[in-house]
Amino acid sequence: MAEQSIISPENLVYKKTDVMTDRELHYCPGCGHGTAHRVLAEAIEELGIQSETIGVAPVGCSVLAYYYLNVDMQEAAHGRAPAVATGIKRVLPEKYVFTYQGDGDLAAIGTSETIHACNRGENILIVFVNNGIYGMTGGQMAPTTLPGMKSSTCPMGRDVKTMGNPLKITELVAQLPGTHYVTRQSVHTPGNVRKAKRAIRKALEYQKEDKGTCLVEIVSNCPSGWKMNAVDSNKWMEENMLPFYPLGDIKVPGKGLVNGGKDGG
Amino acid sequence: MAAKGDIIIDIERCKGCQVCLDACPKDVLEMSRKVNAKGYQYTVKVNSDCTGCANCAVVCPDAVISVYRVK
Amino acid sequence: MKKEIRLMKGNEAMAEAAILAGVDAYFGYPITPQSEIIEYLMSANTAERTGMQVLQAESEIASINMVYGAAGCGKRALTSSSSPGISLKMEGISYLAGAELPCVIVNVVRAGPGLATIQPSQSDYFQAVKGGGHGDYKLIVLAPSTVQESVDFIRLSFDLAFKYRNPVMILTDGIIGQMMEKVELFEQHPRLSEPPTWATRGKKPGEKSTVVTSLHLESEDMEQVNLRLQAKYREIEKKEVRFESYRCEDAEVLFVAFGSSARIARKAMDLARMKGIRAGLLRPITLFPFPVEEIRRLAGQVSGMLTVEMNAGQMVEDVRLAVNGRVPVEHFGRFGGMIPGPEEILDALETRLEEWHQKQPA
Repeated sequence: MAEQSIISPENLVYKKTDVMTDRELHYCPGCGHGTAHRVLAEAIEELGIQSETIGVAPVGCSVLAYYYLNVDMQEAAHGRAPAVATGIKRVLPEKYVFTYQGDGDLAAIGTSETIHACNRGENILIVFVNNGIYGMTGGQMAPTTLPGMKSSTCPMGRDVKTMGNPLKITELVAQLPGTHYVTRQSVHTPGNVRKAKRAIRKALEYQKEDKGTCLVEIVSNCPSGWKMNAVDSNKWMEENMLPFYPLGDIKVPGKGLVNGGKDGG
Repeated sequence: MAAKGDIIIDIERCKGCQVCLDACPKDVLEMSRKVNAKGYQYTVKVNSDCTGCANCAVVCPDAVISVYRVK
Repeated sequence: MKKEIRLMKGNEAMAEAAILAGVDAYFGYPITPQSEIIEYLMSANTAERTGMQVLQAESEIASINMVYGAAGCGKRALTSSSSPGISLKMEGISYLAGAELPCVIVNVVRAGPGLATIQPSQSDYFQAVKGGGHGDYKLIVLAPSTVQESVDFIRLSFDLAFKYRNPVMILTDGIIGQMMEKVELFEQHPRLSEPPTWATRGKKPGEKSTVVTSLHLESEDMEQVNLRLQAKYREIEKKEVRFESYRCEDAEVLFVAFGSSARIARKAMDLARMKGIRAGLLRPITLFPFPVEEIRRLAGQVSGMLTVEMNAGQMVEDVRLAVNGRVPVEHFGRFGGMIPGPEEILDALETRLEEWHQKQPA
């Protein structure tokens, strides 16, 4: 049986989703943003809601998310995506609305918008990519930068005494009654990618039930900012980021706070 | 054992990040010696043990891998 | 249908006008002297009446960005605040102008700078007209001087906003916002149904996705956006100038004043006339586009102009630009919420008259 026959339309089991555009991604080699975009796009495709979905892009590496996500989108000012999404959802309640934000956008300048959108239980999905650094602007310290972790604005490592501790915003919003489903995923191994997609798909399905805000944090890497190659950055993430930001559901509908959510991770 | 699966890699879009290499349970993938138009080495198949499990495609940040599997 | 006439407070009249104008969503935040707007909307059961959404945000910054989201869906979105709150909205307003989104922002001006006081002022003129946010952009700015105009300008501002896909600001102040006057309300307008093609509403199969953004990283693109905006502003200057003039036909001196200052200056004009001084008053209604032609024309007729503004003299600069040195242009105003009386305005005019006449050849 010639190998050639394997590559034929009926044997196709995986290809790039049409909810991603054809445009080449500008992200650095191995950066998790591309994968995070894809699992979000695949979840939208599986639910068949591409024509019912409106997304909000942040300011940061993923400011150009609307180049890659083939859905109607709006570009928000830095940190304000949850407010923009609120405006959209309030006038188009039947649409699926999501924000896609980085840690600087969501947990620094946008903390107030994040917490209050969740506190109002805005019926939106917040996709929060946490790579512990400001990538677009060249690798500065973010609210989620780990103690001792180096960045261009804490070159000797984050000093907790003068620069505070990493902000576990996901655990914070999980405590708010307005949040319905809160989980922390990653996209650096095949298994985690599959779990992340399921989590996003669930969060979008919950949005139909109008039960409150869903937040899916995706712990990710930043090869350029961390000054490592992609494979090493994923390894470093496992050894340093994941112990601090444990993967898994934090708040599950019907059960409330689970594992990480209860004891703060 | 004849291969049950196969992949197509869009080598011009591959950025040589190597994240897919360890994702493959059959060590089918390695980096090319040559570089693509952007100057990146890219992923190539080095054997025909692919089972079509799609791990490589699923973990690829740039979605450059399509996967086929004999049903 | 007989139009309804009511005695209403300015802020509440604007809120009712928003419902009647078919506004889809209001996002606001408490700040004196304009909190009655959201209070009225919250108690007016808008969801039942028209389906209009009303939401109190966590900050003025959040509320202007909520306006962005709703406007980006092609809906009529309204927000209101007062001076310090409007300062917080400036980044959002620049984004709205850059993304060419129609919306209306009401500024019930209070005295500044800083926390200052809640008393009325007009010291946000520059911020409104010259652009308080970053980048070359313009807002269409309407300045009501009565509760009736406050009502009418809510509807007019949305018409202009959608006609030009541009944010519009209603620059009123604490006097008009807090004062009660007779007002004739217009009939209920339907809310928008069909979203415009530029709005986000869900990508239709087979069509390209719609993106609302002010981001254009390539300079060639960003320059084109700016050229398009500037062309729009020129068109607005050509077509949308509005002003009112009182007794200018035979005027030898001219008051220029907007909003509540114009009401007081008009009284000063009458007092001047009683003393044989042929004074006229020009009241700009659109602060942008500014009535340059009319002021230029009157500069050929009067011996001098005096602006009356509750600030340190801001609109006076635009009057000087229009007059271009042909006649003296001076300013009189009070600060901190002190409201000038007609007599002191007349005194200010009379002291200027002596200077102006000395300068002119006998």
